[in-house]
Amino acid sequence: MDTDVLARRLRTLVGDHAVITDRQQLRTYECDGLTHYKVVPALVVLAECTAHVAAAVTECARAGIPFVARGSGTGLSGGALPHADGVLIVLSRMRQILEVDRANQRAVVEPGVINLQLSDTTRPEGYYYAPDPSSQQVCSIGGNVAENSGGAHCLKYGFTTNHVTGLEFVTPQGEVVELGGKAPDPTGYDLLGAVVGSEGTLGVATRVTVRLTRTPEDVSTLLAAFASTDQAGAAVSAIIGAGVIPAAIEMMDALAIEAAEAAVHCDYPAGAGAVLIVEIDGPAVDVRHVFAEVERHCREADAFEIRIAQDDAERALFWKGRKSAFAAVGRISPDYIVQDGVIPRTALPEVLRRIADLSTESGVRVANVFHAGDGNLHPLVLFDESKPGEGERAEEVSGAILDLCIEHGGSITGEHGVGSDKAKFMPRMFTDDDLDTMQLVRCAFDPESISNPGKIFPTPRLCGERPGRHQGVHPLAESGVAEVF
Amino acid sequence: MGVVPDALLRACDGHVTEASDDDTVLGMAPRWVASPATTAEVSAVMSAASASGLAVVPRGSGTKLRWGNAPRRLDVVLDTTRLDRLVEHAAGDLILVTGAGRPLATLQEDLAGSAQRLGIDPTRSGTIGGTVATGTSGPMRLRHGAVRDLVIGMTLVRADGVVAKSGGKVVKNVAGYDLAKLLTGSFGTLGVITEVAFRLHPVPGERRWVTVSVDGPDAAQDAVQSLVHSQQVPVAVEVDWDGATGTVAALLEGHAEATEECAATVAQELGDGAHVSGSAPPWWGEDLEREGPRDRGSGRTLVRVTHEIAGAGRLLRATGDLRERCGVLASYRGSPAVGVGCAVLDGEATTVVAAVDHLRATAAALGGAVVVLEAPDAVRDRLDVWGPATALDLMRSVKQRFDPGGVLAPGRFVGGI
Ligand SMILES: Cc1cc2nc3c(=O)[nH]c(=O)nc-3n(C[C@H](O)[C@H](O)[C@H](O)COP(=O)(O)OP(=O)(O)OC[C@H]3O[C@@H](n4cnc5c(N)ncnc54)[C@H](O)[C@@H]3O)c2cc1C
Ligand SMILES: Cc1cc2nc3c(=O)[nH]c(=O)nc-3n(C[C@H](O)[C@H](O)[C@H](O)COP(=O)(O)OP(=O)(O)OC[C@H]3O[C@@H](n4cnc5c(N)ncnc54)[C@H](O)[C@@H]3O)c2cc1C
Repeated sequence: MDTDVLARRLRTLVGDHAVITDRQQLRTYECDGLTHYKVVPALVVLAECTAHVAAAVTECARAGIPFVARGSGTGLSGGALPHADGVLIVLSRMRQILEVDRANQRAVVEPGVINLQLSDTTRPEGYYYAPDPSSQQVCSIGGNVAENSGGAHCLKYGFTTNHVTGLEFVTPQGEVVELGGKAPDPTGYDLLGAVVGSEGTLGVATRVTVRLTRTPEDVSTLLAAFASTDQAGAAVSAIIGAGVIPAAIEMMDALAIEAAEAAVHCDYPAGAGAVLIVEIDGPAVDVRHVFAEVERHCREADAFEIRIAQDDAERALFWKGRKSAFAAVGRISPDYIVQDGVIPRTALPEVLRRIADLSTESGVRVANVFHAGDGNLHPLVLFDESKPGEGERAEEVSGAILDLCIEHGGSITGEHGVGSDKAKFMPRMFTDDDLDTMQLVRCAFDPESISNPGKIFPTPRLCGERPGRHQGVHPLAESGVAEVF
Repeated sequence: MGVVPDALLRACDGHVTEASDDDTVLGMAPRWVASPATTAEVSAVMSAASASGLAVVPRGSGTKLRWGNAPRRLDVVLDTTRLDRLVEHAAGDLILVTGAGRPLATLQEDLAGSAQRLGIDPTRSGTIGGTVATGTSGPMRLRHGAVRDLVIGMTLVRADGVVAKSGGKVVKNVAGYDLAKLLTGSFGTLGVITEVAFRLHPVPGERRWVTVSVDGPDAAQDAVQSLVHSQQVPVAVEVDWDGATGTVAALLEGHAEATEECAATVAQELGDGAHVSGSAPPWWGEDLEREGPRDRGSGRTLVRVTHEIAGAGRLLRATGDLRERCGVLASYRGSPAVGVGCAVLDGEATTVVAAVDHLRATAAALGGAVVVLEAPDAVRDRLDVWGPATALDLMRSVKQRFDPGGVLAPGRFVGGI
């Protein structure tokens, strides 16, 4: 079916204003947060409700046209990269918080709701939504669900998958199904667990039920400066080894600090080779005791300066440097790659040394920011695209860092997802059989492979027989609507 | 019975025996019991079984084989107890990798002295594979999450013998689909779990229990809501209910010098009659049902109930009402702040069936469901143990892709999957 026909059909189904075909407007959606991949979609649907999503997906299924869901487009792996012949289903107009149910500790939201908005709405009731990606001021809950997003506080509180208890979901055949709800353990297979983190390849989430977390009675945050990442790493080991699970424990190295300083003037201690931000939350008495221990561990690991946030404003200042780190490296380098690898935490010193070696050997600068508690590294690989060969060298270093992670039994992505960007790395981490088995799930949900195809898997599996579900007279033809075409 | 097929013998180095009465699964007698010791051997067993169309039911310690439907066909019981190797305990990384046949109790012993624990309680008899395949639930789930949340990696063998891994050995990992979520709670119908990687948690410095008696559903509801919203964040909240009255208890854990004070605050929040103790109430984490003979059960009916947190009081009221409505005595124990628990129903088969129906209606109104775990045959024959499920088409489709030949535990699961 050509795009014009599809566009006309969709306009009758979802309304004129919700369908974009103008080339100039379409270009708004040509990429996500990973801006060097660009594809202009054939058309865009700005969905306003579940029915719109279901209608768009159903049309795609009938015509065998691929579709891609898009939330806020902040993804860093090209997950929402459109398909040139496909439909991009944008969910950012589905922005209602449908219900805040304090007694059940749940909220029900539309997928386009911005992560931070939910917490802002529920805080007056003493609750918040725990997963807090650094992009939380802009990213959508639907995008979080698709990526199983994490954040600085996931060490203690878990990832998106631990906080989603229900989904309304449009299958790649256009059917609307309910997976879970406010109660736990829906009878049968944990389909919800399979869908969260599947990067939009199993269908589209149209309503999300999430767990709300009680705001802690007390929070204490410190910023500790060390001469080297080795010392900071030793402090992390001591803290974790003592049985403390901090709400967050984040590290930045000298180059990352330099960038943050240039960008947001966070005023971190001068001359630091590494800083740690450690946050402890919970019952006030408990926080008091645990925090004292954390401070002692930092001191014993030779922190040369420890600052303790006296109020929320100072805490925000500590976090400002960390949360702006990705964008901040723009101040010290024209171009950069944000990497997202994971290693067992104890391999940190070794891996950081190897990254430093890689950097020296290649002449490519690498700034390091990471979630130190769970070994999730965000090396920022710096380069200048205008200089011949730099881009390629940066890509090589970035790839070599992932190899390091795999070599240490880690993962090629801790929170940003595989998307378009890392599909080629999947065979380094998984065997053909592993990938084949994952794709059985894909075939079960989407035998025609039209839901965000080309993402995650380097080579798509052929699913074999087609399901016989949507054969027979086209309902539109039956009702007479299709005759207008 | 007949001779053991060569292919099966070769698959696990001769560890195949003819089945006996003890190996029966809900009345279905298998022909052989195969006991592979490695993932490769499990793979070989499954290849051999698939090739000859033999139906296989995986078995750990075999304590919960009466859960679920009887298999439609059964030729081979795949005994996993030789897959009992502790593969790795990386203390510094708080992770543990184990063979699926290792008993949960052994694993907890392995960890004793390490100041770390696997957040699955209570420590029942049974293997890790059985624990994961049933998706067990205990008090500490409130803090540590369900089994699904603790599993960070898994090796499984498909019906066709293909070995697949998902996840890995790191807590944070979003590479590829999370197959382990699908396998957790799948009752052996999607694959044989051979190895599991878990995240561990540090053992806290101190523990205190706060207990309050509740003289009715409303009092229970109030106590649970008070605990749920407490900023002292209990690690576990449990209720023990005899049908009319009961006890609500919370576990507080934390720094050695802080926990007593946290517990005192919780007791104050709960109001009159709440008291703090250094030890658990006697029923804490204890199972409601008496163990019966392996293939006959206890004669009583054990059901798992899920519900929205705020529905705890209504659920307790409904269990109490069963006496008057159906002539069934019901007691209940569970984790109301999670929304899951078990009820034991005692009565004539037909009245128990009516009681299950009534509980199902109540649970459904509370967003949850009732699954019959253990029941005498007379009850089983009169109801669907799994009850209704949404998205059943998708589940069938998943099963069809993983096991097109219906080799693994056919018919055991929801909707006859
Ligand atoms: C500065 C910056 C900091 C970041 N920090 C973090 C961080 O700390 N932690 C972290 O985890 N991520 C982080 N990210 C990455 C990104 O913000 C997350 O992946 C986020 O969840 C994406 O949400 P989105 O709404 O922008 O989704 P999009 O980018 O629009 O889409 C992401 C993926 O989700 C799919 N999708 C979107 N909505 C739906 C839906 N309703 N149903 C099905 N599929 C859907 C898309 O097809 C795509 O595959 C960061 C990004 C930036 C730019
Ligand atoms: C909500 C809930 C409450 C529970 N409460 C209780 C309780 O009150 N009392 C109690 O004793 N137990 C309870 N359990 C179950 C508990 O976890 C058991 O101890 C455990 O499941 C039995 O282990 P097993 O080795 O004996 O398993 P088995 O009885 O051998 O097997 C149980 C099921 O798992 C499958 N299976 C076993 N191993 C594997 C494997 N490696 N791969 C794939 N499938 C496998 C089997 O086919 C079977 O369907 C509860 C579970 C749930 C879900």
